[in-house]
Amino acid sequence: MVVGKLTFTKPEREKLAKVLWLLNWISVLTGAILFSLGLFLKVEIERWQEVMSEGILYVPHMLITTGLAACCINFLGGKICLDCTDTNKFLRWKLVMMPYIICTLFFTSCILAGALMCYSVRSQLEDSLALGLRNAMRYYKDTDTPGRCYLKKTLDLLQIQFQCCGNSRYQDWFQVQWISNRYLDMTSSSVVDRLRSNVEGKYLTEGVPFSCCSTLSPRPCIQQQVGDRSPHFNYDQRSQQLNLWRRGCRQALMDHYTGIMQSIGLTVLLIWLFELLVLTGVRYLQTAMENVLRLGDPDSEVDGWILENSLAETARSNFDIIKNMGKCYQVDNDPNINIPTAAEQEVPSRQLRIPVTS
Amino acid sequence: MALMLVKFDLKKRVKLAQTVWFMYWFAVMAGVLVFSMGLFFKIELRKRSELMDNNESHFLPNLLIFMGLVACGINAFGGKVCYDSLDPSKFVKWKPMLKGFLFCCMGFNALLLLTALLCFIMRIPLQFTLAEGLKSGMRYYKDTDTPGRCYMKRTLDLMQIEFRCCGNENYRDWFEIQWVSNRYLDFSAKEVKDRIGSNVDGQYLMDGVPFSCCNPSSPRPCIQHQMTNNSAYYSYDHYTEELNVWKRGCRYAMLSYYGGMMNTIGVLVVLVTMLEVAVTIGLQYIDSSLSTLVNPEDPESESEGWILEKTVKETFTDIMDKMKSMGKGTKVEEGGQAAVATVS
Repeated sequence: MVVGKLTFTKPEREKLAKVLWLLNWISVLTGAILFSLGLFLKVEIERWQEVMSEGILYVPHMLITTGLAACCINFLGGKICLDCTDTNKFLRWKLVMMPYIICTLFFTSCILAGALMCYSVRSQLEDSLALGLRNAMRYYKDTDTPGRCYLKKTLDLLQIQFQCCGNSRYQDWFQVQWISNRYLDMTSSSVVDRLRSNVEGKYLTEGVPFSCCSTLSPRPCIQQQVGDRSPHFNYDQRSQQLNLWRRGCRQALMDHYTGIMQSIGLTVLLIWLFELLVLTGVRYLQTAMENVLRLGDPDSEVDGWILENSLAETARSNFDIIKNMGKCYQVDNDPNINIPTAAEQEVPSRQLRIPVTS
Repeated sequence: MALMLVKFDLKKRVKLAQTVWFMYWFAVMAGVLVFSMGLFFKIELRKRSELMDNNESHFLPNLLIFMGLVACGINAFGGKVCYDSLDPSKFVKWKPMLKGFLFCCMGFNALLLLTALLCFIMRIPLQFTLAEGLKSGMRYYKDTDTPGRCYMKRTLDLMQIEFRCCGNENYRDWFEIQWVSNRYLDFSAKEVKDRIGSNVDGQYLMDGVPFSCCNPSSPRPCIQHQMTNNSAYYSYDHYTEELNVWKRGCRYAMLSYYGGMMNTIGVLVVLVTMLEVAVTIGLQYIDSSLSTLVNPEDPESESEGWILEKTVKETFTDIMDKMKSMGKGTKVEEGGQAAVATVS
């Protein structure tokens, strides 16, 4: 039972080959687009790499490699399709066609995997950001420790650019010591009191760094004693709402990256559909050209298909081939083993089947 | 003796026409570039017009836009003429207006060079506009409840963050104005009353700056208030503290930003002028080579091309004579009329 059978006359075959040649060249372009999307995502992730605890760089790397592979494979495919217009030239590519189609099928599924990765990486990103931001806030004050000295600048720039404060909300800053001991007067009683007031001996205040200040606030920024209304004149509910950025940086970064990856994922899905279309066309062309060679008449009408037998039969026969390849090697390794005649007869006939089913 | 005489045969003429046609298409794209640069500059000025007191001059970007459009038009027309010069029958209809068109091109090139010069010069008035605009902007920083000025605080904060600058000349400018609104000052507090009483205008002045002046690269948390008081903070010396707030004044920051933009635009316009001069010379060669055919009926005959028919000196004296004779012509007429008047 042939899957997807279509009949092709000679002019139809030539037209198919020409159309596929053009589509393959367009695919090279889409491969370049895929590559550049991967590169863009890599740059975006690396920009805020310091506030992420673990990398999600495998997603852009996947996109970059599949993009490059797309360019190469479709370039080759274009060349093959151009040669398919002429039966004589097709002979050159006859043996390469099947491996080429299998390669393209594998690489098309890689594109699909890349697209799905873009959507599935969300939860991993959220956890990575939660942990990364927590550590960044803890090491905010360590501007003299090598390896962490730029965390303050990174976090400040992050809060300014994304208009966010803290991990989930600005109160997160109340729970970390973000002022280094170098700038605390340890002889002062107020400082000593604060240090003693909690178990870990940290200098905790109800204050936030300047980068949390909202530019939309009508009054100058209140950074110290943020939650307390009494030390500040005319500090009502509304002033408090507008004073600092209310959004947490985790949410801000999640929105940013989710937006980017959703657009990229959608584009990659469209590219995958296009590649699938090209692959189907190439498969039809390949089976049609092979049937032409088998019939011997270049001008005749031939059939083209996706699979010669039904899906179950094809799977079974391929599985048998793989099994017998193993058996063949076993036989060749040791000529002293007594080979039963039935197996000897079986092997050549299976070998004969291979060209017919490919 | 013509200036830069070159001999042409048919093949050379065709090659010349094709090259100049090609260059005209580049020139059209250059015209589009000049237009878009003018548009970009106009938008950038508009974006920060509040900081320039809405007083900035849009003369330069408008001129660039106009010159870009004219360049596109002139170059497209020139390209068409070049294309038609390959076919003698089509070229005939352009022949009479070619001299006038070349004069126009020369005038346009001079104007383009002037525009480039303006790009470099306009930096100076911009400096004054910025200084004035920033001063009044800082004065209105606290007026977030006055309609028309309520966005000044946000604009200034965003500008200081983006351009990494503080104040007009430097951060001390903030010490001289009241940037905290009276709405947020407790007039019953002694400290507030002291400060207001301490100066003639009754303003609440302090040695502090807004948060947008803070430098994220500073190793310590930002010190915004009591900046000149070393004892207010542990291990703080305001003379040696370099990274606490941005040291640069916003006037210099914005000036270097716009100055850089104008310099780049000026350089590009100079390059476009050179391209325009080249295509004008090319068209002059085409015109002169097609009008000096040895055998007018035979398109394959040889001809000569030049930039000027006589030497520069002779051309100049010719022009002077022509102008003089034009002047004399009108005088003679007047004289004749006067004679007629006396007679009658």
